[in-house]
Parts: sequence; structure tokens; C-alpha cells
Amino acid sequence: MATAAIPIAKPRSFLGRLIGGDEIAFAITWTASASILLVTVMLVWQLWSRSSLARAKFGLDFLVSRTWDPVAVQFGALPFIYGTLLTAVLALLISVPLGVGAAIFLSEMAPRRLSDIASFLVELLAAVPSVIYGLLAIFTLIPLLRTYGEPFLHNTLGFLPFFQGPMYGVGYLAAGLILAIMTFPFIISISREALMDVPNDQREAALALGATKWEATWQAVVPFARLGILGSVFLGLARALGETMAVTMVIGNTPTISASLFSPGSTIAASIANEFAEASGDVYLASLILLGLVLFLLTIVINGLARLLILATTKKGTSV
Amino acid sequence: MDARTRRRYAVNSLMLGLTGVCTFLTVSILFLILGYLVYNGGKALDWDFFTKLPLPPGEPGGGMANAIVGSIKVIFLASLIGIPIGFLGGVYLSEFGGTAFPHVIRYTADLLNGVPSIVIGIFAWIVVVVPMGHFSAWAGGFALSLMLIPITLRSTEQFMRSVPQSLREGALSLGASKWRTVVTVVIPASLSGVLTGMILGVARIAGETAPLLFTCLNNQFWSSGFNEPTASLPVMIYNHAIAPYEDYHRQAWAAGLVLLSMVLVSNIAARLVLSRGTARR
Repeated sequence: MATAAIPIAKPRSFLGRLIGGDEIAFAITWTASASILLVTVMLVWQLWSRSSLARAKFGLDFLVSRTWDPVAVQFGALPFIYGTLLTAVLALLISVPLGVGAAIFLSEMAPRRLSDIASFLVELLAAVPSVIYGLLAIFTLIPLLRTYGEPFLHNTLGFLPFFQGPMYGVGYLAAGLILAIMTFPFIISISREALMDVPNDQREAALALGATKWEATWQAVVPFARLGILGSVFLGLARALGETMAVTMVIGNTPTISASLFSPGSTIAASIANEFAEASGDVYLASLILLGLVLFLLTIVINGLARLLILATTKKGTSV
Repeated sequence: MDARTRRRYAVNSLMLGLTGVCTFLTVSILFLILGYLVYNGGKALDWDFFTKLPLPPGEPGGGMANAIVGSIKVIFLASLIGIPIGFLGGVYLSEFGGTAFPHVIRYTADLLNGVPSIVIGIFAWIVVVVPMGHFSAWAGGFALSLMLIPITLRSTEQFMRSVPQSLREGALSLGASKWRTVVTVVIPASLSGVLTGMILGVARIAGETAPLLFTCLNNQFWSSGFNEPTASLPVMIYNHAIAPYEDYHRQAWAAGLVLLSMVLVSNIAARLVLSRGTARR
């Protein structure tokens, strides 16, 4: 049987597309997106090459030395790495239970309308500039901590090494608290989405077996969304690690390592913010840039993990 | 009802109640922030704030007119660089992308988006401040544009992707070329979303302080053009808040109120427009 010839439009030639404008449009938009790649590569390369002095002089000791002495030109990042990790962990210890709790309430309990309004408000929290958090923390959180919070902790839990020593208000505890507030929005909005994506079968099956609402939520819904929740935690962690202004304003900026949460300290970002503009000497500058590189690497690893986890659950991935 | 069931019910109400408490705590923080800032900022805000220069420490009065103008300048520069690049990049990802390269770009954009803002500041210092030899609005604008590009890119892509494929096919079947389809059909169809994304991006960078600390630096006086150290509201808030002067704190509250109002108003407006747009669809 003879098949009827179906007329197929010939693909337009390169020249045709060029005159038609398609190739030009492609070239323009391609250039724009390629420039992002270029800038990012340049960023890494510049951080790497500009910190060469410090890398040559201190090598890997930079990461484990606890001296930060611009006068003697001795630089070690350990106090800052310690401060960065400690404040971030402290923040998550507070914000994860509260944030996940709120996400559970918003997705499982609250009527849809209330849930939408509340998450709208929470997203506004994310839009508040960090310098504003810092401003508020200086004039509210720190006096409160100094006069009530820290003495209270000292009197009740003072036998622990975390709650000893002089109480200034500024320090790790203040930084951890303000970071907790700043990581709420990430944890709540992403966990809520992950929980809402859990199929209803999951809830109904548990309820049908006689589980209470809480048991269904905790044993059937939350485990189903655990990767998304974990992703939100990592995203919050990345934010907490890189956060600069609010922390700089409340942490006291002293490169010390102390078990006490009342002690003033510093973080990587805070020390860069504080010292960079006034840094004199090439090694000093190179050390600060190397700190920046360390922070950069730390956050991209954490961010990468977070994106993978969120991608694995919601399939929407990075559009947060 | 036996003891075990009673306990289960008790745990049920307790835990569900606790989640409610969590929500209340987290949401109420927003109102505490707003309330306290409006209270203190409202007390401190006067007409001088918008019209006068900052005074030396110790002298009461003065304002932050130069910082308001400086912020506008820096944001203008950042938008000038960041919005076109981000937008065109987003168009590429959504309309012209091939197979492998868009993934690389998307990944890079997310990477750049996650870079701590202080590191962006260092980078801008290296590539703009050092070659120029001085701090400038250009450097600050460049730093902020690096934060704006990935935000604009991803939101543009997202909204253009949500335009139904049938619209594109309709235009193509009428003989329109690819770029004509994009310009006359896809962009208009996604315009409200794309613009919203841009507004949200600009609102986000408007409050950024860390990238400006050693790119724009600060300035107690007017800066002419884009080539001098430039005052900006966020950096002013930072400097005034950590200074030990009563009147500086007053100014910091006023500046905080102005900055937060700008950011929140644009956020709320953008989100309202967006939610109305999606409801219609």
C-alpha cells in the first residue's frame, strides 16, 4: 500500500534563523546566563588567588590555630569557625523544634485560610533585613538577656559549663537567639510545603487504624516528609552560617573560644565585617579573604545538601 | 476508656496544643518587631530625617537625607546591571535552553544565591574597589547586582515556564518566529509574575548591609555622582546602632522604620499582585 507523502516543513537554515532574529535572541540570552557562570567562577578564583599569601604562610594550620593577632601577623581561624558553628547549632536547637511544630500546626491543624495568612506573615519575617534584626537585638534582646535571661540560666543551670562566667548580654547566646528568629521563616515555610505534599492516604490510613490525630501526624505524616524537613533545616543552617550583620551587632566580636554561652565571641562573617575595611597589611587582608573562602565552601556544601534533600521530596527543588 | 487510651488522648491534645503555641510564638515575633520598631521609629522620625545631613556625634538633630539618596543610587545601579542580566538569563533558561547547559546555569545561580553576602562584598572589593583605588557607589551597586541576578533569573524562569505550552504553539503555528513568540506572547503572559519577582528581588537587596560595608563604605556628607564613597540606609543603621550616642540611636530607629516600611510595603504589594494573578489563572 502506497503511503501518502506527508509534506514536512524544512527546518530553516542558520542564515534564515539569523535574519529572522532567533539566533540573535539566542545569543543575547545565552550570554546573559553564561555571565552568571563566569562571575561565579571568577568569584571562586579571586578568593583563591587573593588569599594565596595567607595560604602560603599558614597552610592548613590556618584552620586549627587559635591565635588571631594582627599585630604579630599570626592568623588562625579556629575561634571564628568555632563561633560560626556554635551560634548556628544553637540557633537550630531553638528554631527546629519551634519551626517544625509551627509547620505541623499550619499544615495539619489550621484551617486553610488561617494557614495561608500565617505563612504569608512568616514569609514577611524572611524579608526583614538582617540589620533591622540586629538593631532590635541590641536594644531589646541584649538588655533582657543581661538583666533577666542570663542570671536566670545561671541560677538554674549554672552547674553546666555553658552557663557560667560573667554576663554581658552580648555573646554566643544572643547571637544564637537572633539567628534562631532569622531561620524560622525558612524552616516553617519549606517544612509546611513538604508536609502539605504528603498524600492524604497516609493520614487516612493511620486514622483508620485508630491512631489519634497526633499519632497519625507524628508517625505517618512527618516521617513521610522527613527529607523535605531535613532540607529546610540545612537551608536554615546555611543561612545561619553566612549571616553577618545581626550577628556582628550582638556577638561582641572577640576571637575567643569558650564553653560558656555568655561569653562574647565572633564568627567568620562577623570578623570579616568588622575588620576588613580597617585591615592593614597584605597578610592580614589575605587572611580575611581566606576566611571568606572558608565560609564560602562551608555554605555551598550545606546549601548543596539542602537542595538535594528538598529536590528529593518536593520535585520543585530550588525555587525557594 | 482505659488508662492507655486516656494517655494517648492526653498526648494528642498536648502535642497539638504545643504546635499551636509554636505557631503563635513564631508569628507573634513579627508583630513584636513591627510594633517595637514603629513605636521607637515613630518617636524618632521627623521631617529633618528626610531633609538634613547627619550631624557629628553629640549634636542632637540632623537627618539621613544623604543615606536615602545614596541607597536609591546604589539600588538603581544594582537594578541596572542585575535586572536585565537576570531577566535575559531567565528567558534563556525557560525558552531557549538546550539540555545540559541550563542545568549548569541553574545550579550556578543557586550557588551564587547561597553565597553569604559578606563574601559577595569581598569579591566586589577585589574586582571593583581595588582597581579603582577607592570606595564608590559603583562597587556597592555591583555587589548588590550579584545578589539580584540569581533571584531575578530564577523567578523569571519560573513564571515564564508556567505559561501554557499551547500559547507558544498557537503563535508558532501562525508563523511567528521563536523570538517573536517569546516577545509578543510569553513575556506579556508572564509579565505580572516576572515583575513581582523583580520587585521582591529589589526589596531583598535594598536591606542588604554586608556587601556595602567595604564597597560603598559610608559618607557623612552628600556624594556627587557614582564615584565617591556613598552613604546608604542599612550601613547608616549599623553604624548608628553600634555607636555609643543617645541621639545616634534615635536616628537608627528612624532609619530602621523607613527601611522596613519600604521593604515590607513592596513585599506585600508584590505578593498581593501575585496571588491575584494566580487566582485568575
